[in-house]
Amino acid sequence: MITLELDDVPVVVTAGVPLFSDALTQQAAEPISVDWAPPAGGASADLAAIAADLRAAEATVESARRLTTARAHWVDVVPAHEALGLTRGEFLHAGPPTTWATASGPLRGALIGAMIYEGLADSVEEAERLGASDEISLAPCHSRGAVGPMAGVVSASMPVSVLHDEVHGKRAYCTLNEGLGKVLRFGAYAPEVIERLRWMEHVLGPLLRWTLRKNGPVDIPSVLAQALQMGDEGHNRNRAATSLLLREITPALLETEASRADIKAVYRFISGNDHFFLNLSMPAGKAAADAARDIPGSRMVVAMARNGTDFGIQVSGTGDEWFTAPAPVVDGLYFPGFSAKDANPDLGDSTITETSGIGGFAMAAAPAIVRFVGGEAADALRNTLSMYEITVAEHPLYQVPVLGFRGTPSGIDATLVVRTGIVPVVNTGIAGREPGVGQVGAGLVTPPMSVFVDAVHALAQRVR
Amino acid sequence: MSARVEVRRGFYRDSVTLLQASEAVAASPGVTAALVAMATSLNLELYERLGFEPAAIADATPNDLLVAVQGADDAAVERAIALLDARFAASAPTHGSDGFGASVPAHTTTSALRQGGTLSLISLPGAHAFVEAMDAVQAGKSVMLFSDNVPVEQEILLKDEAARHGVLVMGPDCGTAVVGGLGLGFANALQPGPVGIVAASGTGAQQVSCLLDAAGVGVTAVLGTGGRDLSAAVGGRSTLAAMELLDKHPGTELAVILSKPPDPAVAEKIRAAAAAMDTPSLVAFVGRGQRDLSAVTGDVLAALGVSDDAPTEWPAPYERAPRGGAIRGLFSGGTLCDEAMAIASDTLGMPIRSNTPLDKEWALGPDLRAPGHVMIDFGDDQLTQGRAHPMIDPSLRLERIAEEAVDPDCAVLLLDIVLGYGSHADPATPFAAAIRKAREQAAAAGRDLAVVVALIGSRGDPQHRDATAEALVAAGASVHLSNAAAARVAVGLIEGAVR
Repeated sequence: MITLELDDVPVVVTAGVPLFSDALTQQAAEPISVDWAPPAGGASADLAAIAADLRAAEATVESARRLTTARAHWVDVVPAHEALGLTRGEFLHAGPPTTWATASGPLRGALIGAMIYEGLADSVEEAERLGASDEISLAPCHSRGAVGPMAGVVSASMPVSVLHDEVHGKRAYCTLNEGLGKVLRFGAYAPEVIERLRWMEHVLGPLLRWTLRKNGPVDIPSVLAQALQMGDEGHNRNRAATSLLLREITPALLETEASRADIKAVYRFISGNDHFFLNLSMPAGKAAADAARDIPGSRMVVAMARNGTDFGIQVSGTGDEWFTAPAPVVDGLYFPGFSAKDANPDLGDSTITETSGIGGFAMAAAPAIVRFVGGEAADALRNTLSMYEITVAEHPLYQVPVLGFRGTPSGIDATLVVRTGIVPVVNTGIAGREPGVGQVGAGLVTPPMSVFVDAVHALAQRVR
Repeated sequence: MSARVEVRRGFYRDSVTLLQASEAVAASPGVTAALVAMATSLNLELYERLGFEPAAIADATPNDLLVAVQGADDAAVERAIALLDARFAASAPTHGSDGFGASVPAHTTTSALRQGGTLSLISLPGAHAFVEAMDAVQAGKSVMLFSDNVPVEQEILLKDEAARHGVLVMGPDCGTAVVGGLGLGFANALQPGPVGIVAASGTGAQQVSCLLDAAGVGVTAVLGTGGRDLSAAVGGRSTLAAMELLDKHPGTELAVILSKPPDPAVAEKIRAAAAAMDTPSLVAFVGRGQRDLSAVTGDVLAALGVSDDAPTEWPAPYERAPRGGAIRGLFSGGTLCDEAMAIASDTLGMPIRSNTPLDKEWALGPDLRAPGHVMIDFGDDQLTQGRAHPMIDPSLRLERIAEEAVDPDCAVLLLDIVLGYGSHADPATPFAAAIRKAREQAAAAGRDLAVVVALIGSRGDPQHRDATAEALVAAGASVHLSNAAAARVAVGLIEGAVR
């Protein structure tokens, strides 16, 4: 049964020669013209092969459905050896797989710091020797259900947050945010960095664990949804979410059987760190993206991550395969005394936020950060609006007030990236190139198109 | 009294939206109390104060939405809940038309359809057309696919997927369509009327619909199917779907199915489907040894009981004597070229050489030149690669007219000029000039070059059909609304005196 209305004037969408849309205008119709361009990387044959895969469209929509219906709750804080089974010589890092030899400055710095913190090395030199040996092993956070901001290094003793999504039965893990300045995730390993990690292990982690037991699980997407209406975008601005979180857990924190000094220190630590919530929005995104993995034919991106050397993505329909290219340098603003020559190429798993429909994708909700990442309020709107061109869903929970409470663009379809030539908008921090320097700025990064072209090729190979 | 309480888990809207929703529900007829709010402790107090049962929401958390409605009866409560759902649906994610910021241009057909499109018209290069067309079909929208060079397996897939989604794929290689009175692709301005046309041939449909228009008969729709639809491989998938659509359409009183002679098995299937239609139908397979398009139009008019006057023609401005030599036909429409070749070869009993020959033996070489009678379809795929269609860009045909002018073998020039939306805005000017010049050059060499034009157009076409005809006549041509009539006149000029 065909449902084409013959008695109503159609609203025609035109793709192709302008002549035919002009001919419609001549008939007093108002056609909607597609701003079409040939696909990136000459991928037309691959795109046609994927379009001919009839389960692909539904598989992709199903991925996005899972992504946007996940509701990860913060349920616990436990040592990584317990949560992830990490042994003392095992380290997780951000981004696609890498080795000591290819690791960037900040990643090496963070690994050095983590080896010292774990007591595996007493000095930088010893840590470097150990790093280059086969006595330690490296694996991407993503391969273990975890995510880490910037260098993303996780070692056995570090406390990690456990997020649990009952809807799809996924768990995700992330370290606790250390704050700004000289911190391990930016590759700093000075004594004060190690000192802070120890305090997090012995005080912050256990207190949060007790707090959560007292308070009950915290619904992270719900906090994010509210924060988006308060000027956060969940990646580079987490001020509102951190405040909301603190408001929610403080009563329980005050009831923990810890010393007043420790409670005060924990409160001050979280309150003084606008990014504390980032390490919860990230694993919430990870749990959601993992729920969308491994659906045959699905074109949806389930991971975007950088290790400071390479930028990589994973796609639902191609399993654990990484598609990588050299990590680009971030275009942004630098802290006083730093410039682009001090910047390390793009770093961190925090792009899981964009993967899950927030961060750069929700920039229109966060005009306050636009100037920080170098732009005007109109750019924020345009960035979010252009992401609808490459996504397959609008998030039912995360909404943008200035867009009429439209749901954020969610679920990146790799084929749409290649077709439109529009790459995901990513807000991010900039790490210093040398180990130990820390953050030097923040800005926007343009993911390499070739990783999407490669992913599309791999998807096409699977249906040929 | 009736009451309903729901806890909607993990449903978040800002408090202002919820307050407005709550007020709207409370104002719904027959509602005595209503609360739509997040289940915070403050709202739980309100809930109890309004007299709702606390036990019903014992497990609600501040992240859940509370919907509580009390009304005079069940119907009032149902109505109020429906109103609420409609409000939430309206404020939910679909499009942000009420937000700020300039909209971003759509980069894909999917995105453009989200902006409210109901039909997709695709004229991209063949290698890219399938992906965009699948966007439309999978969004449940019909497609007019002008693009050619789409592989047949993609065409079949597209049409099967269209059937699954209940939509129509017109094409690939569909030149014309009229839907809801709107012309798509190359299309004439046709008056509304009782005839629905399903056509595997673009210019064939244009000829028939323009002749109907001239006889005062309009159309409900012209649904193209693409030239390959009636091949054995494609099996008439779109033709059958379009026939079904017309059969169900109350305004269509007569369905006309028009095609070049199809695969025999498919032809049988089409005839059987036509016979099974409730709406009267007329199946016309046009081509060599079949009825021509003008005769088919006559059949349509007869079926409707409309008097069938001979289609208008504008005679040449001088007496044309019979002559020896050859006909050179320069066409922009494939079906028009075929029709003229069939008439010429049958009447003259001689081969007509062509790039799209009726007989393989009569094929032209790549230089498109041969002694004797020649007819060229300039709209053929081979001649349109990397350039605009000859209905838009007349330059190749104008060049060829100039060459024929100095060829002593050329006695009669036969041309088609197709008017309508999408076609050249003013073909009269370049063609009249080219015809005048060609005739002058031929005259200087002591020849009378007869020019015969088939003018495919309706009275409403933007190029002004009659003024176009008059300009061509002033340049020395005869002009005919019927392509078949034009072909017969051209042939007659070779055979014997025709005015």
